[in-house]
Amino acid sequence: MAAIPDHDVVHGAEHAHDHHPTGLMRWLTTTNHKDIGTLYLWFSFIMFLTGGVMALTIRAELFQPGLQVVNPEFFNQLTTMHGLVMVFGAIMPAFVGFANWQIPMMIGAPDMAFARMNNWSFWLLPPAALLLITSFFAPGGAAAGGWTFYPPLSVQMGIGMDMMIFAIHILGASSIMGSINIITTILNMRAPGMTLMKMPLFVWTWLITAYLLVLVMPVLAGVVTMLLTDRNFGTNFFNAAGGGDPVLFQHVFWFFGHPEVYIMILPSFGIVSEVIPTFSRKPLFGYSSMVYATASIAILSCIVWAHHMFTAGMPVVGQLFFMYGTMLIAVPTGVKVFNWTATMWRGSMTFETPMLFSIGFIFLFVIGGFSGVVCAIVPIDVQVQDTYYVIAHFHYVLVSGSLFAIFAGAYYWLPKWTGHMYDETLGKWHFWLSMFFFNLTFFVQHFLGLAGMPRRIPDYALQFADFNMISSIGAFGFGTTQLLFLYVVLKCIRGGAKAPQKPWEGAKTLEWTLPSPAPYHSFETPPLVK
Amino acid sequence: MSQEASHYYVPAPSPWPITGAIALLFMGFGAAFSVNRLPLGYGLLATGFAILVYMMFGWFGTVAGESESGKFNKKVDKSFRWGMSWFIFSEVMFFGAFFGALYYMRMHSIPDLADLDNKILWPDFTADWPTAGPGIQEKFMPMGPWGLPALNTLILLTSGVTVTWAHWALKLNKRGQLKLGLFLTFALGFLFVGLQAYEYSHAYSEMNLKLSTGAYGASFFMLTGFHGFHVTLGSIMLFVIWCRVLKGHFSPENHFGFEGVAWYWHFVDVVWLGLFIFVYWLI
Repeated sequence: MAAIPDHDVVHGAEHAHDHHPTGLMRWLTTTNHKDIGTLYLWFSFIMFLTGGVMALTIRAELFQPGLQVVNPEFFNQLTTMHGLVMVFGAIMPAFVGFANWQIPMMIGAPDMAFARMNNWSFWLLPPAALLLITSFFAPGGAAAGGWTFYPPLSVQMGIGMDMMIFAIHILGASSIMGSINIITTILNMRAPGMTLMKMPLFVWTWLITAYLLVLVMPVLAGVVTMLLTDRNFGTNFFNAAGGGDPVLFQHVFWFFGHPEVYIMILPSFGIVSEVIPTFSRKPLFGYSSMVYATASIAILSCIVWAHHMFTAGMPVVGQLFFMYGTMLIAVPTGVKVFNWTATMWRGSMTFETPMLFSIGFIFLFVIGGFSGVVCAIVPIDVQVQDTYYVIAHFHYVLVSGSLFAIFAGAYYWLPKWTGHMYDETLGKWHFWLSMFFFNLTFFVQHFLGLAGMPRRIPDYALQFADFNMISSIGAFGFGTTQLLFLYVVLKCIRGGAKAPQKPWEGAKTLEWTLPSPAPYHSFETPPLVK
Repeated sequence: MSQEASHYYVPAPSPWPITGAIALLFMGFGAAFSVNRLPLGYGLLATGFAILVYMMFGWFGTVAGESESGKFNKKVDKSFRWGMSWFIFSEVMFFGAFFGALYYMRMHSIPDLADLDNKILWPDFTADWPTAGPGIQEKFMPMGPWGLPALNTLILLTSGVTVTWAHWALKLNKRGQLKLGLFLTFALGFLFVGLQAYEYSHAYSEMNLKLSTGAYGASFFMLTGFHGFHVTLGSIMLFVIWCRVLKGHFSPENHFGFEGVAWYWHFVDVVWLGLFIFVYWLI
């Protein structure tokens, strides 16, 4: 490792191509943040399709009343695994993929701080996914207690539950290593001159997300361990006869589970905060308030977990605390929404696909945010607990929130990653079809929930038939539309108009000072940030 | 020690992470099969564990070699410090889940089970700690703090002193004192684990205190058990560092491998103090 006084990044990159394995071994042994980012993104997309097929099977069963497609036991397995696969397999790895690709480029670092551990973080995901997916074929089938696997149900189930528990252990190890890597990279590897308050907002949101991950993933590991010993080794954590309590599980689980939902949304705030200034050709309005709002949301997210448990029995004082705490989160979230709007105000806006997805994100995420405030109000929550209203709420924040931001980010950075422009017409089709079918699927579920249709049940009363049919049609449309995204991405990788170094004239961050496609090693010599 | 590298060291492609992933694949399936008493379970588990140990030898060996050949500059050293700090923080949170369960059972679920609402179900149950809960009638004896646990406290605190004594020696380049201090530290660690194992066997054979002894048994064994597991890991880590010292590794200026393990050791120490107070003493 001789010091190379070399300021030409392209030249430095060529030098780095010396002795790297090719083919499969390249991907198995890589220590390169871009390779690992690509692996994360493809894994996430495969899991997205896997979880999507489960969702479509659920919607096929719910297309009309009665039992047609699957039996109820299998339906329960599908709802459980759909949730787990989408949360741990699709959304979280996608954001880690973005973090891997973008953070070193955006802070002017040569790679992630722990390049080998980065590889391990990724390659732990396929074994965990294998444990989850093959549990369908185990005696008794996959875990079927809902993605929250409450005891006593989860204490009683078969080997599928144990496989899920060990899968979560492995996923947790992966997430903890990944987040330690991200924290260390951001704190230690920024280019000279890049102070914390000069970091791009995507980097900020990921720093705070990584803190949340280190804080709560070990708690999830702890609670699944208690579940494991209750199931197999005779402990009584969740058994009242032994002095324990099933509600104890809910408390510990949601201490993880609530910050977890912010883990899945904060990076999308970051992506949107990069895209909107670029296509408004204005700097982000209220940068520092965005940073403080993100931190406030993260802190508040740790003290509101029991709003998932209002119907589990709780003193009124507790209900009031968790209700007001939850509603308080709307304040920093509102700060963000107003800042995005103010960024667009009187900007020279253009509406390329990333911008469309970002604006779609703002519209629909706000709907999901509002229905979240509705759910926070105890007397209403008691009515809508475990109904389709809750399903509609969290799909508005997770699909039109997290997923739309992932699409926005993918279109935004694809030219940098592949060196080609994506097909703008098809991208726009992808957006408008997604927008239409998403709302067709989930908007009606608000009505179903308010009318009392319970979640996680394969059959329903006749009065719910029409809305369910509409929802199922929407779901199949949405699912099919995502194949269009796959096509656009593949087309973009294989060819297309050559992308310039900075394809978006309003873009300001460091990755646009690198050539497209970005060289194998980002910044071997750190750039100077003024 | 060769000269310090001026660039941040980005390692070349490495076979170790994927080896570790394969190990955990075997261990995940092995563990799921084992707890359900399926054939192959223990075999898969043992295979996975063997691969994991092989991976650790390879991976840590590589890192130690890179460190000794001067590939790491100050910035890499700082990364290791951040990484180890946040790893220890995540461990604190893991123990937090089990301490939280202990507090919840003592402060919420047991008083609730003894209150008026549950008198029809369990009329004679009173909210005393330690308890095996209202539905478990077997008599058991709780584990008092004075005696073996107090001795173990002394042992761990002493080992905290010896590791610091060894650290001073390393900084002053007194290799003899360093070797002795480290040796004493991991010897005390293994002694602690041995005494803990004796305590467990005593609990099972003489006190009828088991993992299945309700809320008390579960919290006692899970908290002390995970702690004991961490002491075992820490002792092995100290042993590895000792072997590296014998081979001549580490210099007064550059020895984060040593410091990281020392940090871990102090963390294990602090957790024990929490256990001693809340699990053994306040009963």
